[in-house]
Parts: sequence; C-alpha cells; structure tokens
Amino acid sequence: MADSTVISVKGLTRKFGTLTAVDRISFEVFRGEIFGFLGPNGAGKTTTMRMLTGIIEPTSGSAFINGYDICRDSILAREHIAVVPEQANVYLDFTVWRNMMLMAELYGIPRERRVAKGEMLLEIMGLEDKRDTKAARLSKGLKQRLMLCAALVTEPEVLFLDEPTGGLDVHSARLIRNVLRDLNAEGLTVFLTTHNMAEAGEICSRVAIIKSGRLVAVDTPVNLKSTMRRNRYVEAVFNGNVPTGDELGSIPGMIRFEVDGMKLRLFSEHPGKAAAALASMAAVSGYELMGINTCEPTFEDVFLFYTSEKGRRK
Amino acid sequence: MSAASPGRQLRCSLVVMKKNVMLYYLKPPVLIFGILFPVVFFMAFSIGRKMSPGVMVPGMVSMVLWFTATAVGPLVTPWERRAKTYERLVSAPVSIGSILAGDVLSGFLFGLVISSVAAALGTFFTDAVIRDPFLLIGGMVAGAMAFSSMGVLLSAPPSANPSNIMLLSNLVRLPLLFVSGVFVPMERMPMWARWMMPLSPLSYVSALFRLAYGQNAFCPVWFCFLILAAFAFVMFHAARKFHAMYKSRGL
Repeated sequence: MADSTVISVKGLTRKFGTLTAVDRISFEVFRGEIFGFLGPNGAGKTTTMRMLTGIIEPTSGSAFINGYDICRDSILAREHIAVVPEQANVYLDFTVWRNMMLMAELYGIPRERRVAKGEMLLEIMGLEDKRDTKAARLSKGLKQRLMLCAALVTEPEVLFLDEPTGGLDVHSARLIRNVLRDLNAEGLTVFLTTHNMAEAGEICSRVAIIKSGRLVAVDTPVNLKSTMRRNRYVEAVFNGNVPTGDELGSIPGMIRFEVDGMKLRLFSEHPGKAAAALASMAAVSGYELMGINTCEPTFEDVFLFYTSEKGRRK
Repeated sequence: MSAASPGRQLRCSLVVMKKNVMLYYLKPPVLIFGILFPVVFFMAFSIGRKMSPGVMVPGMVSMVLWFTATAVGPLVTPWERRAKTYERLVSAPVSIGSILAGDVLSGFLFGLVISSVAAALGTFFTDAVIRDPFLLIGGMVAGAMAFSSMGVLLSAPPSANPSNIMLLSNLVRLPLLFVSGVFVPMERMPMWARWMMPLSPLSYVSALFRLAYGQNAFCPVWFCFLILAAFAFVMFHAARKFHAMYKSRGL
C-alpha cells in the first residue's frame, strides 16, 4: 500500500443470505481526496460504507484504513475515521453540545482540545445559539450539521458521509459542501456517497460507480466525461422544416441525430466543426436556423451511461 | 495511548456508562420494571401475611437488586438500535466488549444505588438488623454485577423494539423470582421449586442477604460469591459472543 493510500479495498464482498450486496470490489482512496462513491439505489454503496466503518463485517475480501485491517485491527482502523450516516443518529435527548462531547470522549480527545474544537465547530456550522438545545428539537438540516460537528470533533483523518445533503434546504446543503471543501483543503480525506450527480461532479476528486454490487468505473469526473466523447452534440432549433438525414450526411464527424419537433440534436465527436457545417448547410439549403448550441454530456449522463446495461457491458 | 489499549477501552466503557446514566435511568421502562415492579411485588408478598416486616427485608432488598440491576441492560441496546445510535457506537474505536461493559456498569450502579436505598429504608423502618454490613455490601456488589450482566445478555437478540426485549427479560426474571427463596424460605417451597433454586443467581444473593441480616441460608458464603462471580463472567462473555455474532451477520 502506497504511503498516500488511506483506504485500500481488495475483493471486498458482502452477502446477505443468497443476495450478494457487494461483489469483489477493489479500489483505493488517496490522502486528501474527496472520493465519491456513486450508484443507483440498492447498488451496494451503503453496505460498502458500513463495512469500511466497522458497522458490519465483510463476507470475504479485505480493506485497510491507514494500513489497519478493518477486521483484524478494527479498533485502530476506526480511530482514524468518523461517520456521518444518511439517517440522523444523534442522541435526541442530549443537547447539541453533549452529543459532540460524547463522541469526542469516545475517541479519547483530551478535554481542553475537545472543548476548543467543539466551540469552533459550532461557530463554523452556525449552531452556536443551539448549543444547549436538545437534538430532538432540531430541524433535519440542523441535525445534519450536528452530525457533521459530532464527526469532526473527533479529529478524523477520513470522513465518511452517506448522502450528506440529501433532502436538505439549499442553505444547509451549500454550507455542508463548503465546509467539506475547506476541510479537504486542510488535508481531510472524504469518502462520500451521493445521489446528487451535480454535487459529485463538482466536489469529488475521483469517483467510483457501483452497480448491482460491482464497480463499473473508478476515475476522475473529467476523465469519465471524456470517455463519453461520442455523446457530445449540437442542438439546433429551426423555424419550419428541419434538415433530413440525407442532407446531414455531409456534416463532418456526425455519429447520429435525433429530431424532436423543430429541434435537431446532432451527435458528433467534433461538435464545434459540426455546428459550423450545420449552419452553412442550413443557409445554403434555405432552412431558417433560430438557434444553435454545442453541448457536453453532464456528469448525470456519465452516471446514467455507466449504470445502464450498455454501460455495464462496456 | 493506543485506542485498543485496555486503559483507553476502560475509559470508553466509563463514557458509555455515563451516557446510559444520563439517558436511560429515567426512561419509563426502567422506572416501571426497575422500581415499580419490586414495590408492587413486595406489597403483594407482605400485605396480609403473619410475618414480621423485618424478616422480609433481606428478600425485599434482593428482589429490588434483581429488578433494578436487570432493568437497564435490556433497554439500552434495543433502544439504541431503534434510534440508530448503536451504529454510532460501533463505528467509534470502541470494542463490543467495552460497550457492553459500559452497559453492565450502568445496570450495576443503578442496582447498587436503589438496593442500598431499599436496605436503608428496610433497616430504618422495621426491626431488621444488619449483622454483617460487609457481607451485605459484598452481596450487593456481586449480585449487581451478576444481574446486570444477565440484563446485557438479554439485550443481545437483534430487536429494534425495546418492548420485545423487556418482554423476554420478564419471561426470565419473573419465574426465577418465585424459585429463589426471596420471600418463601426454602423449607416451605414445593419440591420442584427447591430443585430449581440453585439454578437462579437470585437464590445466592438472597442467601447472602439473609446471612447479612442474621438469618439462615441454604449455602455457605464462599459458595454464593463463587457462583455469582462465575455467573457474571459467563453472562458477560455470552453477551459479547452473541453481540459479535449478530454484528457479523449484519443484524
């Protein structure tokens, strides 16, 4: 395992009876990354995260956190991590402050340090005025902030987050994303599962895509997008008639086209050149062009591609 | 200090105990099964009987210890499973054994405090006299440890519904109460109950308390302590094994 590797997963498998929830997955997460772990519902994201965080044990395979085996040296492995699960699991009868201090005490953070860190986190997460409020009285967004505080007060090297912004209001979601970015800039490694593809594409250094328990891709969002060159396209809107297939055959690099009413979507590996050629052809042939754009596939397109049957075969 | 060192794990057990004390001592199931039950049973056994109240004090104290020390353990884990806070604990650098030790300590403390109050009230308001206070304290400590370990074992089945586990714990606690010679001396118990008596840890605590109050008991002091220590050890390790087994199954 290289020095910069924080999480190393080799052939990790988890079965529940006859169901194989996670099937021989292998990947590495490097120090200082925000690593996105993506997949459709039931793909095995949460099961993988629960194995890595010691909540359940793998059926086979191994995983190491900071070089510690999650099964053999599970306590030492867990000393370096903190978890923010999808469902709020704070102690509802404890105050915000008590929840944070409980976690810090379990991780053996000395009193002075945990108090100072706790106060700093309350300020960062905008929870100062809720310090003595019981967690049961917090809104979903505030509970999520508290969970992040309770995780960060333990001074983790790796932070696991399961859908951290799911169902949150825009302010809370943005605050959490910004805090994650700032902490990552200070060296915190983040392992994140999310359904929010825009979020994954925006903040993740690398992503892994899991489908039906198997990894189908591990790479940077930019590289994954570049594997979809054939999905770049030109979108043109016409007033009246739309050019036909025979006329479009002369467009350079055209792969295929779709017509939807007066809208033409023309897929090409060179959308710039294709747009210019389409505009010239329209002028020559008498088509009235209302608008034309070149479009890149979104990260959501990448995700859909890899989690479709076609993507999986690839 | 390494997270896996015994010192750190002991500290974690104390943190878990503190958390349990703050969260669960005043929960209705603990108050009902830990305090209301022994009061009601004591009244049911004592009212209308031609027996000096002082004679009943050792039985009352052992029953209070039995109910209080076994009340916390069966509540904590299912409650935390339901609230998902159990996952918070097991993902922290704390072993299952340390979490359970914290649960045992919280039941132990609850049993010790409430049964001390019961002993003090019994001694103050009746003609009962403590002949051997050290034996009484030793019996309380050994009994509280054995009973709270049993309570933690009862919490092992992976249920997220505390009432299921409380039902299970009462299925165990109530029958044992009647075969342990708490209120009825052994010589007046039916033969089948006399055969059952040595199987119940409550019998040995009851015997120790009877001896501490100057009454007769069915077995010697050293044997009672030996059995209670062995019982606590077996219960705790069985609880640890079961919790680990259910965890490995993902339950």
